[in-house]
Amino acid sequence: MALTAFAGSPAATGSSGVRRGGRIALLLLIPGIAYLLLFFLAPLISLVMTSLQSPSETVFGQYDFTFNWANYLQVVGQYSEQILRSFLYAVLATVFALLFSYPLAYFIGVTMRRWPLVQSLLLILVVAPLFISFLLRTLAWKQILSDEGFVVTTLKALSLLGPQDHITGTGIAVVFGLTYNFIPFMCLPLYTTLERLDLRVVEASRDLYATPFTTFRTVILPLSMPGIVSGTLLTFIPAAGDYVNASSQFLGGTSSTMIGNVIQSNFLVQLNYPAAAALSILLMATILVLVGFYVRRSGTEDLL
Amino acid sequence: MARGLFAESGADLKLVGVRKQFPGYTAVEELDLTVPAGTFFALLGPSGCGKTTTLRLVAGLEEPTAGRILIGGTDVTDTKPYRRPVNTVFQSYALFPHMTVLENVAFGLRRRGIGDPVEKAHAALRLVELDHLADRKPAQLSGGQQQRVALARAVVNRPALLLLDEPLGALDLKLRRQMQLELKNIQSEVGLTFVHVTHDQEEAMTMADTVAVMNRGRIEQIGAPEEIYELPRTAFVANFLGQSNLFGGTVAESGSGAFGVDVAGRRILVPIDRAQRTTGAVTVGVRPEKLLLVTEEPAPMAGVNVLGPGRVTDVSFSGVSTQYLIDVPHVGTVIVFAQNLVFGPVVEPGAEVWVTWRVEHGFGLADAPAASALEQAHEALVSGVEG
Amino acid sequence: MSGQNQAGLVLGQEIGAEEQAPARRPGRVGIGVGKWLLPVYCTLALIFLLIPIVYTIVFSFNDSVRTNISWRGFTLDNWLGVCNEPGVCEAFGNSILIGVSATVIATVLGTMIAIALVRYRFKFRAATNLLLFLPMATPEVVMGAGLAAQFLTAGVPKGIGTIIVAHAMFCLSFVVVTVKARVASLDPALEDAGRDLYGSPSQVFWRITFPLLVPGILAAALLSFSLSFDDFIITYFNSGAVNTFPTFIYTAATRGIPAEANVIASAVFLLAIAVVLIGQLSANARRKRAAIR
Repeated sequence: MALTAFAGSPAATGSSGVRRGGRIALLLLIPGIAYLLLFFLAPLISLVMTSLQSPSETVFGQYDFTFNWANYLQVVGQYSEQILRSFLYAVLATVFALLFSYPLAYFIGVTMRRWPLVQSLLLILVVAPLFISFLLRTLAWKQILSDEGFVVTTLKALSLLGPQDHITGTGIAVVFGLTYNFIPFMCLPLYTTLERLDLRVVEASRDLYATPFTTFRTVILPLSMPGIVSGTLLTFIPAAGDYVNASSQFLGGTSSTMIGNVIQSNFLVQLNYPAAAALSILLMATILVLVGFYVRRSGTEDLL
Repeated sequence: MARGLFAESGADLKLVGVRKQFPGYTAVEELDLTVPAGTFFALLGPSGCGKTTTLRLVAGLEEPTAGRILIGGTDVTDTKPYRRPVNTVFQSYALFPHMTVLENVAFGLRRRGIGDPVEKAHAALRLVELDHLADRKPAQLSGGQQQRVALARAVVNRPALLLLDEPLGALDLKLRRQMQLELKNIQSEVGLTFVHVTHDQEEAMTMADTVAVMNRGRIEQIGAPEEIYELPRTAFVANFLGQSNLFGGTVAESGSGAFGVDVAGRRILVPIDRAQRTTGAVTVGVRPEKLLLVTEEPAPMAGVNVLGPGRVTDVSFSGVSTQYLIDVPHVGTVIVFAQNLVFGPVVEPGAEVWVTWRVEHGFGLADAPAASALEQAHEALVSGVEG
Repeated sequence: MSGQNQAGLVLGQEIGAEEQAPARRPGRVGIGVGKWLLPVYCTLALIFLLIPIVYTIVFSFNDSVRTNISWRGFTLDNWLGVCNEPGVCEAFGNSILIGVSATVIATVLGTMIAIALVRYRFKFRAATNLLLFLPMATPEVVMGAGLAAQFLTAGVPKGIGTIIVAHAMFCLSFVVVTVKARVASLDPALEDAGRDLYGSPSQVFWRITFPLLVPGILAAALLSFSLSFDDFIITYFNSGAVNTFPTFIYTAATRGIPAEANVIASAVFLLAIAVVLIGQLSANARRKRAAIR
């Protein structure tokens, strides 16, 4: 029983605690799995079906399933700008969040290791933004960065911003908002990995004549890859599909619309379900392909 | 059957044709074994040899693929672990971290509905001299203390059979020696049958009445410690329990009490009653401490075997004795342990020496000679080091 | 230690006195600011992270009229009469109700799956893992639209029920991940010991396994609740006419957020921080006690 995990290695002795218990395992699994099949997988399939519908010829506002692949071509043609922009913004936000978070996570996870209490308090500060409403903290930035806010007035006074320039409503503000909102998701996995980093390997590297920079590049950075990978995924995936930051009530404007906004408006405002569904499927498929490629490249498949 | 009853004394354990197969490999092959009631029995072997699996089969934590398990004459093969009169001291101790020491020890008594669980638990803690820590949590105890709580938690149930799964593995050497003595004392005090699994040959030999040496899911040899040490039957045993010099050769003559094997141009005599095979290709051996080093070619003498000349390649001092490695052409490396009767080594590396031993110290193995025997011996050495 | 680079600084702290003894320190003399760069950066970074929080809390005391954009003076009125603003408290109540219900569903189902995944071998294991991973890799907008499309097809009216169903769905995977880690770190020998010590399977589960899983289950429940409480995207697709706290803010954003919303968000924030702080401090105290043998 226990040994399947170690099959082939006779060194394993039977106590990894895995049991063969078909019936109990099924009883434990069925409710949750059924729930996911019903409310996650079935909706996805129904989304695929919806994406292939075309407007009914008889009843206005109704859609019939017609294997209408053209929907995909149509949304790609119509919204290519928003699609590309979404991924560009998401990539930028992920990179900025990583650059912002890595030193922070390193400081908390490594430098502060001697003081576990300080570590946990600092960590609370890092995740604190998650405890205040996502929408309110984004709105707070909107106010702070608004034309009347002191950031813009200061920048204008310094002539870094022209008299007609804004921050809110631009792509910069959207990327800024995305970066800010997902920093905790980047920081946490980075911290978890760095906190477990065995410092003796750093010592060994220094002992073997590596400069601090070489040590960082060849030892610390590769060892923190698992944290980097999960952090970037936790940032990139929600950022690519986000529509709050880019929405015009928040940080975005008409020139910074993302795919999420398009899906939302097609689904909830224009009631063009096939277009919204096709865009959703497209978004998810692209993300899965990118994630799969990324994870394979970074050699951390076992994270999934 | 075990409910509400304290075992009056230890019961005997009988394994009949027990086999345990895991997907991919067989952990235990055709095991037949009898452990007499009230004895201290050790299952000795390298990691992965199937000894822990055997223990878990007896405890009921695994089900055998084939065979029967009998405790005190009753077949318990299909009995659930919580209905067997068996308790285990786990390798990691497995103390329940959310319960106090006292609650840990009383756990089994409470599950069986035995009266006065608290009083009995205190008594068991007194036996291991930890009653003053009864209200602590396991995390607040040292390794040695945790080990003793685990022992008390098992012994308090008065099982007919107490299983010990390398319980001393995590302790440092000194504490380990001390606990070995304590365990032995407790065993004779409570009179239970102890089955002890270990990879430490010294531990097995000092503690157990009977030792079974396991390798690759089989028992290679079983007997009293001194018996196995003096007369190993296989190359694996010869090198897992202590070290041995093994030589391969073909039987050249067969006398009344001994037979002769030609090794590197010399005739080595081995007593017939100390050999498993007496014809054809054989492997014979002798323990390193039975060898004598001489610096001049000894005159042929009845009852003494001679090998050599060889060259000393290494001398290492280990306190009570000194170990010499001697390279004998066509034989390989011969190990000699010499007691340190004089100050400093008797010979220096590079010296030309002969080794001699008395015929009655030799033994003949059951293994096929040469390659396979040496391979096995190597395996035993390696696993001994790893374990 | 002075003039050491960051790694050196860390090492100096990490290694014990006896390891520090060897005088071999190949570190070069670094730049003096190097030592301070990281702490200073981190202080600034943390301040940056806290800006919108402070802003939100400060503006919960703003004596605002209709919109809560510019500072008009300090008042406690918003805190004392939170529910005077129509809709805020109702939305907040809905969020709590949804959060609790979704958490209960997700925690129970997720814990069961986590135990099965770690403790049992079964077919379709890879498929199960994939099914659990996918919701975490799917953008919320896709899940929201998918569920909404399905409810639409099935003719299910949107409301509190549909929101609960949606929230429990996306919380489930996070519960499994959290509890799974706890189950995996649980020494299986403990359960073996329970069985060995005459505990029946149900006794072993309720007296040994479950109590030891409680911290993991609690953490998962807290995570679930906070995910549900703060969720906007999926909720918005499936809420119909019902307002949760986030959808209330979203709709109010066009005409101006009432200060009462800041009050609720601030109160929730302070409460959450207090819970986490107490948890950390007591964990720290436990660590210290355990360290004293």
